[in-house]
Amino acid sequence: MGKKWKIKTSTPKLDELEKGPWPSFIKELKTLAERKPAVEHLLGQMEQSYETNTNYWTGTVLNLDGYGGGVIARYSDLAKKFPEVAQFHTIRVIEPSAFVYSTKALRELCDVSENHSAGILQLHGMTGDILMLGSTNESMHTAGEALMEKGWDIGGSGGALRTLACCIGPARCEMACYDTLEVTKRITDTYISQLHRPDLPYKFKFKLSGCANDCANSMQRSDMPIIGTWRDNIQVDHAEVAAFIAEHGVDFVVDNVITRCPTKCITLKNKKIEIDDKNCVHCMHCINVMHKALAPGKDKGVTILLGGKRTLKIGDTMGSVLVPFMKMETEEDNEKLIDLIARIWEFWGENGMEHERVGEFIERVGLGTFLEGVGIEPDPQMVKHPRTNSYIKFEEYTKPLMAGEASKSPLVTNKEVEGKETA
Amino acid sequence: MATPGKKMAPRDNGAPDYKKYLHPLMVKNYGKWKYYEKVKPGVLKHVAHSGDVLYTVRAGSPRTLSVDTIRKVCDLADKHCQGFLRFTTRCNIEFQVTSAEAVEPLIKDINEILGFPVGGTGNSISNIIHTQGWMHCNLPGTDAAGSVKALMDTLYEDFINERLPQRVRISASCCQINCGGQSDIAINLQHHHPPKINHANMQICELPKTVAICPVAAIRPATVDGKDSLMVVDEKCMYCGACHGQCPSMEIRDPQTDSLAIWVGGKTASTRGGPSFMKLATFGLPNNPPRWPEVGDAVKKILDAYKESAKPYERIGEWIDRIGWKRFFEMTGFKFTKYHIDTYRYARTTYNMSTQVRL
Repeated sequence: MGKKWKIKTSTPKLDELEKGPWPSFIKELKTLAERKPAVEHLLGQMEQSYETNTNYWTGTVLNLDGYGGGVIARYSDLAKKFPEVAQFHTIRVIEPSAFVYSTKALRELCDVSENHSAGILQLHGMTGDILMLGSTNESMHTAGEALMEKGWDIGGSGGALRTLACCIGPARCEMACYDTLEVTKRITDTYISQLHRPDLPYKFKFKLSGCANDCANSMQRSDMPIIGTWRDNIQVDHAEVAAFIAEHGVDFVVDNVITRCPTKCITLKNKKIEIDDKNCVHCMHCINVMHKALAPGKDKGVTILLGGKRTLKIGDTMGSVLVPFMKMETEEDNEKLIDLIARIWEFWGENGMEHERVGEFIERVGLGTFLEGVGIEPDPQMVKHPRTNSYIKFEEYTKPLMAGEASKSPLVTNKEVEGKETA
Repeated sequence: MATPGKKMAPRDNGAPDYKKYLHPLMVKNYGKWKYYEKVKPGVLKHVAHSGDVLYTVRAGSPRTLSVDTIRKVCDLADKHCQGFLRFTTRCNIEFQVTSAEAVEPLIKDINEILGFPVGGTGNSISNIIHTQGWMHCNLPGTDAAGSVKALMDTLYEDFINERLPQRVRISASCCQINCGGQSDIAINLQHHHPPKINHANMQICELPKTVAICPVAAIRPATVDGKDSLMVVDEKCMYCGACHGQCPSMEIRDPQTDSLAIWVGGKTASTRGGPSFMKLATFGLPNNPPRWPEVGDAVKKILDAYKESAKPYERIGEWIDRIGWKRFFEMTGFKFTKYHIDTYRYARTTYNMSTQVRL
């Protein structure tokens, strides 16, 4: 128990979580409880949950004027016993790219949280946003106003674009293949209205990682993972390769680099590394192990995937390849990405059912139909292998249900299909 | 109150300008980093083409922070790091300094002033990502924050050391929506029966939307006591709780029967064999606050087996792929049951369609 703990609510169960070497979130709450009655009552309610294994929050929808997202509203089911948390809402604040802060900025957030809220910040929520806990129906407006005044913004709840998140990227990583921080800010700013005012079938998340190591966990935690890659050769510093082999031995290189390459495109000949770059799938493993000797190529860009999400409702899905490669450097490249997002939202928005994530939508209508809907040509890189069943609906015979007319499809007998830009 | 919304409505501030929040050496060497080195657990050294060196010290954090603690974090960053810092995807705090000599005084302050451990880099167990739980969610059956705190106490030595075959990432989720994400090891709540319908309070729900949200079409319209309501076909229902999120009167949670399951082998990186989903390791652990000791015991069994037999660079899923599930269940002592065999979509693709068996 904290020695300055003077409040009345007894929390024997929660006190158990003050023990042990790992920093305790209960200690954090208790610190505040001395001057924030709402936090004392929060602890009281949580203690009751710990006793009964029962949750006591009811969710509802509340918004600031002009916004359709950004507040997660909670009313306590135990408001009679713990009136200070009768209304206890969270504001979702858009975080800076790569979670970088100046202390001035963090202190600003602390002041808003202290003056208009319960003084609790979660850095960060699972989507990536800053969570400011503990506003009331009234103080959420003053908190929102104070945040806006300082240039912060909120958003990302309901059927809206969620706050984006990205890895540290070129700010501090030699492996980053594009500017994750800048693209994150651009998508956020371009589509800020979609963060504020839900008009999509369901939530949509972007996460951006500078390479296949995927430090932003984009593959499965975002609808649209944007992951850095390259299309020329891995850069090899042969002197550093020799130094690595001298230090670790040939066996180590064989066991941990050569045989771990998923496409077996690296060979070791006379203590020199040779890479069959045409067969490299840019998985990053060899670069991770020999990061002084090897580096991503120079012709960098992104692979864009679509459809990742967690369990609800059809089960977990990973993103799958939508655009195998796209440059991501110039203003034009950025506009192409922004345009691609618009086409996806338009087709999914038009045809998706309510509460249907884009991955679920693709599963329902089929990737082939989806590609036609957003105007992208099929590419063998989008699948692990071609179909194994013969139940094919050739469109000369069966009119498609969405995404195009029968006449637009190539004839079954046509061998040549005209290629289009992939994105 | 005055109409603050009227002032707010037209503002589209957008994302904060990250450029103002970068450490000066990050600004100078943006996109021009050459390589990094591991100095020791929790400390990374990044070297730029310019020759500049940036040391990063990574500290574990409880994620839920009081403004008092954040202000102390700011004091430290002002004293040691020129007023800049960052957080990681897994809620660690990263402090940056520009000389090797500055590292130890910073670590001392992190340990003594904040009480936070330094670690979470390389082949360690980094901070556990988890969901909101009883502190603020409307749907949780457990408190992931609590079990995570207790589990990190148990795994503390593996946070401050780099002694595992490869990195281990853990997540925890409070209901079967599983916001916690794919990880090497995940602790997730499991419901055990169809929702209990409060027919007297169905006016708060949009019934057609609730019918539509069910992934197995188990919900049907019904009239109960002369009022519009819903019914659930029990044999079809798989207890996912999708309806509960849509309609609070379809209560899926049950303090008496909800339990915890442990999943293994998730990975999001496309390295080597690519990303992988988690698979069920064991189930039926009691939802046992305040410290969920059974969870810690089960996770330790997995980690002990992993430490004993994994090769360098093998994540938990890759290790199990190599040694086979038979050996995994033998080594951990978990019982393989019919409930480990998938019954949902694509279940058949998970069967062993070969003669490749380990005898």
